[in-house]
Amino acid sequence: MKPWQKIVLYFVIAYFVLLLGPIAGFDLPRIVQDIIRSPSVLVTQLLVGLINGAIIAIIALGYTLVYGIIELINFAHGDLYMLGGFAALTVMGAFGMQDGAPFVTAIIPMLVALLVSAGLCAGLNVLTERYAYRPLRNAPRLAPLISAIGVSFIFQNLGLFWGGLKSFIPIMGNTAAAPKSFPDLLPRIDLLEAMGIQTKVDFTLKDLIVLVVAVSLMVGLNLFIQRTPAGKAMRAVAQNRDAAKIVGIDVDQVIVMTFLIGGALAGSAGLLVGLYNNTIVFTMGFTAGLRAFTAAVLGGIGNITGAMLGGVLIGLLSALSDQYLSSRWTDAWVFGVLVLILVFRPSGLLGENLQEKV
Amino acid sequence: MLELIDVYTYYGNIQALKGISIHVETGEVVTLIGSNGAGKTTTLRTIQGLLRPKQGKILFEGKDLSTTSTQEIVRLGIAQSPEGRMIFPRMTVLENLEMGAFQRQDKLGIKSDMERVFLLFPRLQERMTQKGGTLSGGEQQMLAIARALMARPRLLLLDEPSMGLAPMLVSQIFSIIQEISAQGTTILLVEQNARLALTVANRGYVLQTGEIVLTGNAKELQADPTVRKAYLGDE
Ligand SMILES: Nc1ncnc2c1ncn2[C@@H]1O[C@H](COP(=O)(O)OP(=O)(O)OP(=O)(O)O)[C@@H](O)[C@H]1O
Ligand SMILES: [Mg+2]
Repeated sequence: MKPWQKIVLYFVIAYFVLLLGPIAGFDLPRIVQDIIRSPSVLVTQLLVGLINGAIIAIIALGYTLVYGIIELINFAHGDLYMLGGFAALTVMGAFGMQDGAPFVTAIIPMLVALLVSAGLCAGLNVLTERYAYRPLRNAPRLAPLISAIGVSFIFQNLGLFWGGLKSFIPIMGNTAAAPKSFPDLLPRIDLLEAMGIQTKVDFTLKDLIVLVVAVSLMVGLNLFIQRTPAGKAMRAVAQNRDAAKIVGIDVDQVIVMTFLIGGALAGSAGLLVGLYNNTIVFTMGFTAGLRAFTAAVLGGIGNITGAMLGGVLIGLLSALSDQYLSSRWTDAWVFGVLVLILVFRPSGLLGENLQEKV
Repeated sequence: MLELIDVYTYYGNIQALKGISIHVETGEVVTLIGSNGAGKTTTLRTIQGLLRPKQGKILFEGKDLSTTSTQEIVRLGIAQSPEGRMIFPRMTVLENLEMGAFQRQDKLGIKSDMERVFLLFPRLQERMTQKGGTLSGGEQQMLAIARALMARPRLLLLDEPSMGLAPMLVSQIFSIIQEISAQGTTILLVEQNARLALTVANRGYVLQTGEIVLTGNAKELQADPTVRKAYLGDE
């Protein structure tokens, strides 16, 4: 960027922050006052952001893994995660789980739900690759992208249909399109209080469980990618497909594996979000998908650590905006930050410099 | 060991190989020389299964490779140091070498091949933990050859190993090629540096716009007036 372009850009940013900012909730004195008055709200909100961010990160990994391997933005990925939520809810219904069911009785249903939603999403993702993307592998780049958008619509309608199966699955509630309440099964025991620390900060066992599961999934994925032969094959294909073939890697198999893993992660995220936010709706894939995709781009698309970092940052930013700016403007703030970062670092926070990537 | 019979390869409608026939016998170093765009890289990629011949046979120890998958071809014993090196930029030198042995299970064999490769290329051992993408061009070339050796191939395909290297390094790479050959690996060497290629090769083929126009043993080719004029820079 030339210096004069930078000056214009700074001017535009200053203009927006100073003039439009207050409309969108950017009222600095009030925010400072709020934080001073009750710092514990800030801490609680950061925790909420961290956990939601970890879930976004898990979805973002699915975007970034697939992009890293075949340079496709899999638009259907967010909706896949939504279907994972519905699968989990269905399992909960089958086990007759309801709000406040004793935690011990909920453990097995939750494990089954994890297997079912991860398995279903992994399978669906592999089928999508096989029938919607693979035939277009040598087509112009736009073709698989359009195909992905089509699959996204199919998944959304599937979710809508699924939500209308109330005669089979009573837990789905009344109307097909309405948000479904997901049973609140994780104990809300205040951990800090239990440890004898007196604060107004909320950090419950529920928060801890969701956080631990999310972080374990990420750590597990990292170990898989870094240590196992299959993971190394994935990295090799992402770095140079022809070279991967030359050393004897079955590229098709690696692509299938990538969709399998991405799908399983999306399914797990669907369960986690149900357990954490206790509500799911068939449109949630679109919004979550958009945020997760943003997270992946923010961190540097194709970069695994980047997707995790991006997810957590977006989670934190959303939570802070919800609290201190205005929840109606949260998406605007999130995407505003994305635009800013991409202007200064087009390859994302951890992405490599595009010029080097020839 | 390897025999190409009347092989045609296309890029879409562009005919890149127009019915070439070559053979490589066990223990030989055979070179394929030709100017830019002659079809040398296309030939190696067709042998490796990265491109498919539209017509013709590729026999490796009697087995037809024209529909065999690349990973199976690697397993059968053909490895390649490709044009443009194609190392894995975000993997370390060590990881790149391990990837070369991707198909192999014999841990001990891999370990001893790693040692052998480090004897051939001590520079790589010094750079073991460095990322492939940060190596110099010459080091990347060494890594590409070393990675191919890690598959313990019986037939090694080398695509312009001297490209972009300083004269000192070129002669070093060629003496290493001779050493690899002496250790028992059959080599098909693609080169634009015909002079050097013909000093290490037993036999050679001259490829011109997708056709073999001349073949013979290295001495004959070195003495051939058209080769001298076109590829050895004689007036
Ligand atoms: N991907 C491609 N699409 C279309 N044509 C191609 C492609 N790759 C190569 N060609 C054409 O095929 C012919 C042979 O190319 P090839 O790369 O085999 O030449 P080469 O002998 O290796 O040349 P060089 O010495 O420059 O590496 C050339 O005319 C080239 O333009
Ligand atoms: Mg070439």
